[in-house]
Amino acid sequence: MKTLTASRMERCIGCHSCSFACARLVHKLLSWNTAGIRIASSGGLSTGFVAKVCLACSPAPCAEACPTGAMRARKKGGGVIHKKDICIRCGKCAEACPVDAIYLDLKDRPYVCIHCGRCVEYCPHECLEMVESDQRRDS
Amino acid sequence: MIRDYFRVLVVDLGSGKGNVVKVDGRNEFAGGSGLGALLFEKYGHADRPWDDPDQPLIFSIGPLTGLFPLMSKTVCSFKSPYHDQFAESHAGGRSALAIRFADYDALVIAGRAPRLSCLSLGMKHLEVKDVQFLAGKDVFSTGKILRSMYPGSGHRSILRIGPAGENLSGMACINADTYRHFGRLGSGAVMGAKNLKGIVIQGDGSFALPESKEYSKIYKQVYEKMTATDMMSKYHNLGTAANLDALNELESLPWRNLQATKDEAITGITGKKFADDTLLRNAACAGCPVGCIHIGFVREKFMEDNQYLYRQVAYDYEPIFATGSMLGVTDAFQVLGIMDEVEKAGLDVMSGGVALAWATEAFEKGLVSEAETLVPLAFGDAENYKKAVQYLGSAENDFYAALGKGSLVAAAKYGGEDFACVLGQEMAGYATGEAFYVAEGLGFRHSHLDSGGYSWDQKNDRKDAGEVCDFLISDETGRAFLTSMVACLFGRGVYKDEILAECLKSVGYGEIADNMDLIGERVRAMRWKVRFSTGYDPEKISIPKRYREVSTWKGKTDPEYMEKLKAEYGRRICELVSDEALEKLNLKKVEKK
Ligand code: SF4
Ligand code: SF4
Ligand code: SF4
Repeated sequence: MKTLTASRMERCIGCHSCSFACARLVHKLLSWNTAGIRIASSGGLSTGFVAKVCLACSPAPCAEACPTGAMRARKKGGGVIHKKDICIRCGKCAEACPVDAIYLDLKDRPYVCIHCGRCVEYCPHECLEMVESDQRRDS
Repeated sequence: MIRDYFRVLVVDLGSGKGNVVKVDGRNEFAGGSGLGALLFEKYGHADRPWDDPDQPLIFSIGPLTGLFPLMSKTVCSFKSPYHDQFAESHAGGRSALAIRFADYDALVIAGRAPRLSCLSLGMKHLEVKDVQFLAGKDVFSTGKILRSMYPGSGHRSILRIGPAGENLSGMACINADTYRHFGRLGSGAVMGAKNLKGIVIQGDGSFALPESKEYSKIYKQVYEKMTATDMMSKYHNLGTAANLDALNELESLPWRNLQATKDEAITGITGKKFADDTLLRNAACAGCPVGCIHIGFVREKFMEDNQYLYRQVAYDYEPIFATGSMLGVTDAFQVLGIMDEVEKAGLDVMSGGVALAWATEAFEKGLVSEAETLVPLAFGDAENYKKAVQYLGSAENDFYAALGKGSLVAAAKYGGEDFACVLGQEMAGYATGEAFYVAEGLGFRHSHLDSGGYSWDQKNDRKDAGEVCDFLISDETGRAFLTSMVACLFGRGVYKDEILAECLKSVGYGEIADNMDLIGERVRAMRWKVRFSTGYDPEKISIPKRYREVSTWKGKTDPEYMEKLKAEYGRRICELVSDEALEKLNLKKVEKK
């Protein structure tokens, strides 16, 4: 199974095209927050950009913290799936994530990367790639 | 977020409270430029001075902001400290998307805060905070402190002013997210007059996608055109800096206060030179995959034993012209060094550079001395220019205070009006010929981007005032529509009428799509109407003698033709606001607040 890796963020120009693509195509929303990947400056624009995106931990602390099983580890390769209908919006998953990859919207609904790769083709600088889980060199 | 009206946040800095107001006119004015003029008509006071606390400072975005790539700019509308008339300035950065995702079409900021303050807003908050401790702080340190005071890194926009704005300089800009600016005509001083040091806008909302299936399809098409084809390559490759070489070759690049239009020394400051030696990386406005922002670096030895510091400076054609060729500085790193000082002071780089070029010639001619300029000014002397920039920003003495109001204000006091390079405001870097001089001098924003005068000059040497005015007037309509969208004008090659109409339709703005020309005309007329009400008079604008002396590829300026062109263009502009024209566009009455 493949996972999304933000492996070349030194090239990032901060256009947010990736977040918009994820919000639009995966979550059917218009937003730069409610997306699996979010771009932040690493302390002011002069220091370049970082991607806040799921690192596909295995085991996944966010899933372990989830009291209802709404945030579940994928069967293979790390990463999680979020089931909206059984989520009680307690925010425990976001709290547990070590890299701030889960975004809670204004109504505390979690948004997290599902490693589908739809953002990749919208990055003009090839900062993002899909990598076989067992070959991952983490960024 | 697709609505048939405008959702506007009106903030009163005096009380620290705001109002969310519904304003009609979406299908008539679209947004951006049109909305700015409409809101000024509603909330502004044509008959009061620019620094009256009740004058509004307006930021507006377009119907497609956040929905499509390169719809990434914000229009700032205000009464200008430079000429006390209605004015407009545009900037990229993140402000447009931040306003969109905070769910507003525009912000109207009125009143004056009792002490230096920062306004912050988002989808679910609005607050005015005292930041008196930031008084006098430069743009960089202000940015750093504001970043640490407010949450939301990456998805917020920070607008701020430096000392120039606090000192009410007519050349003060509003810095937008470090590398972009509302540059021209002194919007920074309007913030200063309101005691407003910064504005932090958090774009924390999210919205349902437009319902049509078309939307994602057309998004993809537009996106691919912007990235996969070579249409935009000139903007992300060398960037606009590539123009330096080209305009120099064409004898149209202003050198040393426009004493020449071409110089061999160009090799030190070409786009390629900047890219090869100084370029660190590219950046983009939020929502723009093109990434035209070029960031170079300056490096300074601050102590013996090889102790260096470095800073990053965004460059473009205009800033290089203003602090490079115009000042006779021909070393790329020195040019960036001057720009860096300009940034810190919070000055508009074009206005500041051109004003210092005038000051240098005045110094050389003995009209002013070191008693006024505090450091000797000489073309090419970058170190002293850096100091002069600080003096200009801090309005250090009477001379710099006057110069900050405009070269012509200083010239009225010290002499030297003949060689002030002012076309409505300190000129842009296109000494291409009569059409540009007249178009920039009289144009709405005094910007080369109001209409394509500069490009007409580059392609034609016919001297037919009627033909040029036909071109300028018709060109301005399309641009007024685009700046109401508020598309980045670099995208105008992709956003042709047909595609733009499809985009608008795909999200539910069919009525705007069907009336693009009419809306362009109406917005243009509305802007001029407001401008005239604040005192605009084309006959009062003069084109200084320097423009008659200089040569371009077409040879010497033809003064007689230029006069004719100026009179004709002025007449055409007046026609745009005739009773008949306003009647036709339904602009006779706009309700006052
Ligand atoms: S969301 Fe965070 S905790 Fe969960 S798998 Fe991804 S990185 Fe790990
Ligand atoms: S891989 Fe899919 S879910 Fe993850 S950020 Fe990209 S588009 Fe969103
Ligand atoms: S699309 Fe690529 S360049 Fe743009 S913000 Fe995302 S990672 Fe950065």
